[in-house]
Amino acid sequence: MLLSIKNLHASIKGKEILKGINLEVNKGEVHAIMGPNGTGKSTLASVIAGREVFDVTEGEITYKGKNLLKLPVEDRAREGIFMGFQYPVEIPGVSITNFMRTAVNEIRKYRGLDPIAAIEFLKLMEENKRLVEIQSNLTNRSVNEGFSGGEKKKNEIFQMAMLEPTLAILDETDSGLDIDALRIVANGVNKLRTKENAFVVITHYQRLLDYIVPDYVHVLFQGKIVKSGKKELALELEEKGYDWIKKEFE
Amino acid sequence: MISDVKEIITKERMTGLFEKNREVIVKNDPTMVTRLRDTAFESFAGLGFPTTKLEAWKNTDLKEWLGKPYDYYFEPLPGMDVQEVFRCNIPHLDTAIIGQLNGWYVSKDVPLIKLGNGMILGSLAEAFKAYPELIEKHFGRYAITGKNSLTDLNTAFAQDGIFIYVPDGVHSPKPIQLINVIHHDENLFLQSRNLILLGKNARLSLVHCDDSYNHQASFSNIVTEVHLDEGAFLDHYKLQNLNNNSTLISNTDFQLEKGAELASTFITLNGGMLRNNTNVLFNGPDGTANIHGLYLMDRKQHIDNHVFVDHLAPGCISKEMFKGILDENASGVFNGHVLVRKDAQKTNAYQSNRNILLTDTAKVNSKPFLEIYADDVKCSHGSTTGQLDTEAMFYLMQRGIGPESARMLLMFAFANEIVGKIAIPELRHRIEDMIKKRLQGELQICEQCVLHCSTPEHPMEFDIDISKI
Repeated sequence: MLLSIKNLHASIKGKEILKGINLEVNKGEVHAIMGPNGTGKSTLASVIAGREVFDVTEGEITYKGKNLLKLPVEDRAREGIFMGFQYPVEIPGVSITNFMRTAVNEIRKYRGLDPIAAIEFLKLMEENKRLVEIQSNLTNRSVNEGFSGGEKKKNEIFQMAMLEPTLAILDETDSGLDIDALRIVANGVNKLRTKENAFVVITHYQRLLDYIVPDYVHVLFQGKIVKSGKKELALELEEKGYDWIKKEFE
Repeated sequence: MISDVKEIITKERMTGLFEKNREVIVKNDPTMVTRLRDTAFESFAGLGFPTTKLEAWKNTDLKEWLGKPYDYYFEPLPGMDVQEVFRCNIPHLDTAIIGQLNGWYVSKDVPLIKLGNGMILGSLAEAFKAYPELIEKHFGRYAITGKNSLTDLNTAFAQDGIFIYVPDGVHSPKPIQLINVIHHDENLFLQSRNLILLGKNARLSLVHCDDSYNHQASFSNIVTEVHLDEGAFLDHYKLQNLNNNSTLISNTDFQLEKGAELASTFITLNGGMLRNNTNVLFNGPDGTANIHGLYLMDRKQHIDNHVFVDHLAPGCISKEMFKGILDENASGVFNGHVLVRKDAQKTNAYQSNRNILLTDTAKVNSKPFLEIYADDVKCSHGSTTGQLDTEAMFYLMQRGIGPESARMLLMFAFANEIVGKIAIPELRHRIEDMIKKRLQGELQICEQCVLHCSTPEHPMEFDIDISKI
């Protein structure tokens, strides 16, 4: 078992958002989490990644057999958790190259490895740029500054490729993408899929799942996973919308 | 030695010293300078030292700093070996160095030199004697008497400093590095005066450094007058890296004639009490002035940047961007005043001040201010003070970067908006390096901007063939 979430409750400023989440993810699996807006999908991603504004009031998360909630944000990342942001942050003045070299080396240091050699690093950058079809000049620009929506999301997948996570949580990576960018992003994810890693793909629409085929689909509603199934569940949601879920569980 | 030692600085001490030593002070003066000194002295005697009762000094209190005992000298101190002081240099930066020790020009051979291209470089005291016509035309014309009592005090007392003259149409082929080092075994009060003149269409890059050599207290009251004649271009850098017991009042007055262009960058890395008064006067149309500043302060350090831009003539562009990071109990002031006079149509003026406070006890008073009397102008200003962006911190840390490194990346990025604009690549790299060290708390005051003695692989003798500039 890679990730195990049991009865997770989380709140922000006293308001409970997650009300007892249970989820198990194994290596080699792709899970899709769907649901209407405002039901806690992004909160779940943030709590796994360790965003401090959320208070976990009940329940537990175990990752690689460790109590994940006790680890600081950076150590979760160093243990192989990657979160693709719905709204990637613009950081003027920090180049993607410098950002990635710092990240790669801090992760390597945590794992007891020497810093990456400059040539090896540049080679890795080039390979991964090609993976998400980033034109060469992007990497010398400041992180996300002045990027289009599509460029920002491609940049998230690029970073994921650079850091080779064990568990990647992609938070609405498809939002705001045209069909070409969507295809590129999905293609990047598919190429990175192995038997040793896992993906949790959070999405509002079924569209992304035409490209990233999930093993399991979960429906999150009012802070709980109310339905789980195979990939066919996504098609059913696409066809019927979320109203029948609302009727059933409200 | 003509001196007065170990006294605190008061109006009475200074008026007494002026009356007692007037003959020594004026001995190199052209007549007009002596007259100016007497007027300035009267003005100072009336005004005294600024106190926090004055609007312009409301947030900067000199009392504690004036109240230490300082030595004052009316002739150069027999100091340390000049070659020892100016031993090092910015690696790979090919500049001509001129130095000041405790406010006095230092030279190995000649105190004032005229180069083949007509440029004149050297001691202001010597220029008083050798070029009285240039002095009479410019000295005291830009740092005007009666507006600022510290400038008046400087005008009355200053005996030496740097004189640079670039004739019409001459482009200085190398940047000039002007290094002012303070080194004395006792506390020292010094007042030096610099006069920098660029003729029509002349070009110059000037790197101006203020450094300490030890941890002794000092009080520097420095005035620099700069004249840019029509179409002249000056790329000016002021680097301040003084010890924590240093007080520096740095008054710089720029006057720009028609179509002149000024780029001035103030980098403040260390010091106890620092006040930069930067005044820009657009005396002719179509001038440009970019005034940038960066200050990194901690402990109980205080930095005050007062920038006054006077749009007297139409069609000029002024852009001010000042950024600061304040840690621990440091305090800062930004006071930007842009005056657009009635006839200064088509003025384009922009002011920005951004600060990051790393602690609850650090503070900033920021006051950008536009005063506009013309109707066809484009002016804007903005000021922000806050903490490091928590969203950006989370983003970096989610990629495995620890909080210390993440803070460092963000602070460096913040600073780099100013440093990235430095036009001389070697200088930019050097300052980037110094800022990284400063942010990591590793910058020593003995590791000064140009006296980077920890890089012995690039020793630089003070043995410059000045004729090749």
